[in-house]
Amino acid sequence: MTNELIAISVLWGFIFIYAVMATMDFGAGFWSMVYINREKTKATNIANRYLSPTWEVTNVFIVAIVVALVSFFPGATFLLGTVLLIPGSIILLLLAIRSAFLVFAHIAKEYEKVLTYVSGISGIIIPAFLISVLPITHGGFIETIDGVAKLRMDKLFTSPHEYAFIGFAIASTLFLSSLLLADYSNAANELDAYQVYRRDALFLGPISLLMALFIMLTMRSEAAWLYERMIDYLPWLIGSVMMFAIAGIALFLPSTKYTTVKGKPRLAVVAIVIQYFLASYAYGKAHLPYMIYPNVTIQSGFTHPNTFRALFVSYIVGFVILFPGFIYFWRLFMKDKRYLQSNDPS
Amino acid sequence: MDDLIIARSLFGTTMAFHIIFATLGVGIPLMILCAELLYQKTKDHDYAVMANRWTKGLAVLLGVAIPSGTIAGVQLSLLWPGFMEVIGKVMALPFQIEIYAFFVEALFMSIYVYAADRISPAMRILSVTLVALGASASAILITNVHAFEGTPAGFRIENGEIVDVDPWAAFFNPSFFVTAGHVTVSAFMTGAFVIASIAAYKMLRDKKHERLYQFHRKALMLALAVGGIFSILTALNGHESAQLLHKYQPEKLAAAEGLFETQSHAPLAIGGFTDRDTQSVKWAIEIPWALSFLAGDRFDTVVKGLNDFPEEWWPPLFVHTLFNAMVGIGMLLIFLSVTGFIWNKAMKRTDFPRLFMWAVIASGPLAVLSVEFGWIFACTGRQPWVIYHMMKTEEAVTQTGNLAILFILFTVIYVVLSVAVVLVLKYYFRRHPIINELDRHSYNSANHITQ
Repeated sequence: MTNELIAISVLWGFIFIYAVMATMDFGAGFWSMVYINREKTKATNIANRYLSPTWEVTNVFIVAIVVALVSFFPGATFLLGTVLLIPGSIILLLLAIRSAFLVFAHIAKEYEKVLTYVSGISGIIIPAFLISVLPITHGGFIETIDGVAKLRMDKLFTSPHEYAFIGFAIASTLFLSSLLLADYSNAANELDAYQVYRRDALFLGPISLLMALFIMLTMRSEAAWLYERMIDYLPWLIGSVMMFAIAGIALFLPSTKYTTVKGKPRLAVVAIVIQYFLASYAYGKAHLPYMIYPNVTIQSGFTHPNTFRALFVSYIVGFVILFPGFIYFWRLFMKDKRYLQSNDPS
Repeated sequence: MDDLIIARSLFGTTMAFHIIFATLGVGIPLMILCAELLYQKTKDHDYAVMANRWTKGLAVLLGVAIPSGTIAGVQLSLLWPGFMEVIGKVMALPFQIEIYAFFVEALFMSIYVYAADRISPAMRILSVTLVALGASASAILITNVHAFEGTPAGFRIENGEIVDVDPWAAFFNPSFFVTAGHVTVSAFMTGAFVIASIAAYKMLRDKKHERLYQFHRKALMLALAVGGIFSILTALNGHESAQLLHKYQPEKLAAAEGLFETQSHAPLAIGGFTDRDTQSVKWAIEIPWALSFLAGDRFDTVVKGLNDFPEEWWPPLFVHTLFNAMVGIGMLLIFLSVTGFIWNKAMKRTDFPRLFMWAVIASGPLAVLSVEFGWIFACTGRQPWVIYHMMKTEEAVTQTGNLAILFILFTVIYVVLSVAVVLVLKYYFRRHPIINELDRHSYNSANHITQ
């Protein structure tokens, strides 16, 4: 494996982890808003219990992505930084509002509803903007005039391809988060909340799959180069759809814990994460060697080799140091029954 | 206004906003750690209550510190793509390692806040220590990038190409330790004085209520002790920072001191305003020979004046005032903690005079102001360079345009968040008066920490 491939794998790995964590994070924020008036089911309570300790950690990943991009691919950063000024700034503004009001909502209980609405709505818009970076890298939206690269916003926002991605981002956010929260409520023995989230997941899953098909459909005409390469990875895409089917079946299998409800949500979550992983692998692999088509490849935008070596060492050391911390964190908030079943997340 | 000015104003506003929360995010965990340690040592529940309340406050502040830090980090690439291209190739390590520090802080902050009742006291202490360490390490590493901008090392630019890259030489650039140290100890100092301010205010307000008064008095004494130690360290380190400027960025020191002519036995100008036309500092108090001595420990040290440099390399001359304001506030803070110490320990007086209390109330906001002055001085004092004598700020700025609308939007968001954070803090602490927690602790000895 070349240095460039290692670097892009690390970067893509971060993007994948963030994509999964962030959809759960933003989605949980949205669900806690939707179910805020239905106190009996505890659906909001479950969402908050998941969100409170995790949002900070999730937020670190977005910074980790930016840092990995800057440090591994400074050349790509230059172009992306230039063209993403406006959309990037919008994401930052929304992110600031969302995170701050999420915290405020937990602290100022009397104003919890209005604060939750602000953070829930801003949170669900963020994935739509974040994912827009992908169609921009497919080419056709960047125009260079007098040596200065510019994003053609008019072209971007009149492109069906862009809207396919936006639809996919929002549907996936809601789908993944409802599925995860179904699992989380199951682990916390909150059956009412489990039923609610299971129903949402069953409804949203097919929508997100349809959106993914819509992406492929629009890609065929708008980014033909990528479409043809992705078809080379058809087995991965088929595998991805099969995992989706397995997750669907898992939600109808008899529950191991209860007789009154159906589904093995943990199995469904694992299958869906594998589904997204397979699809994102096929997409990422087909995208190579281009980072931004056709201007920047992973070779042309790559960092200095000495810097890469130093970074590589720091990644290994960092991973060794952080790993136990993540395990401890997981055990305290994802496995510990005392936390899962507590009533007040703050 | 041209795009460069707007880009600098936008990024400057982001930083000015972020550093308030970032500084407190570094300083307050240390205070929480001290309170936790004192609680374990003395078994006095008041310290547990302090740690608990400061943690609540910190959680709110981090709700702004984390997104504003994310903004600052991403805005670097959006506003200064030319600069970040160099940083990515040469100075990527501090950003990368900062991510690990950030992870440590985020993981253990959640553990400390949301798992407090399920972990042992030792684990609690370890968690809050890791929060403080992670926060300090983040500050140190990010400041290292700033240090690199002033004293770049580990690369050369040949025909527009970056060559001879040595990332560790860049990491350990000449001003790393001193500059990062300055930011860290001044953050500890600021966190302590902000706590001292609040405690002093509450002492004046709750004078009649013995129980509350004693609680706030303990907080004040702890804050003054921590603040005293770190204000002295900040001053010592500040002296080294100035000597570093003398060696590596002489025109910045010359602008800070308003010195135009290169000379030995240079005088130190305190106060006043630098006047470009007469090449002097008007209305300043001048201490003969003092600048030479401060710069090189000898009166015959030759200090370079601004006239040795082309005028387009001069930093803006108002930095003299910022520099004086920063040093002046630092001196006042040292004076306050030393006076408090003598009054309390040497003269054995338990109550402080009213004038002293009001001065302490002012100390927190003043400490934050001095941090702001210091940052503005450090960054405007480097102009016109973004990387000293290597890359001009105007070469690094984005070519995209449309910056004015973004400047307005971000400023609006910062104002909204500032107002909201104050309201939320006021709301929370009004809803949860200390007296409830103090009572709970005295009635119920098996409090949450010892479970």
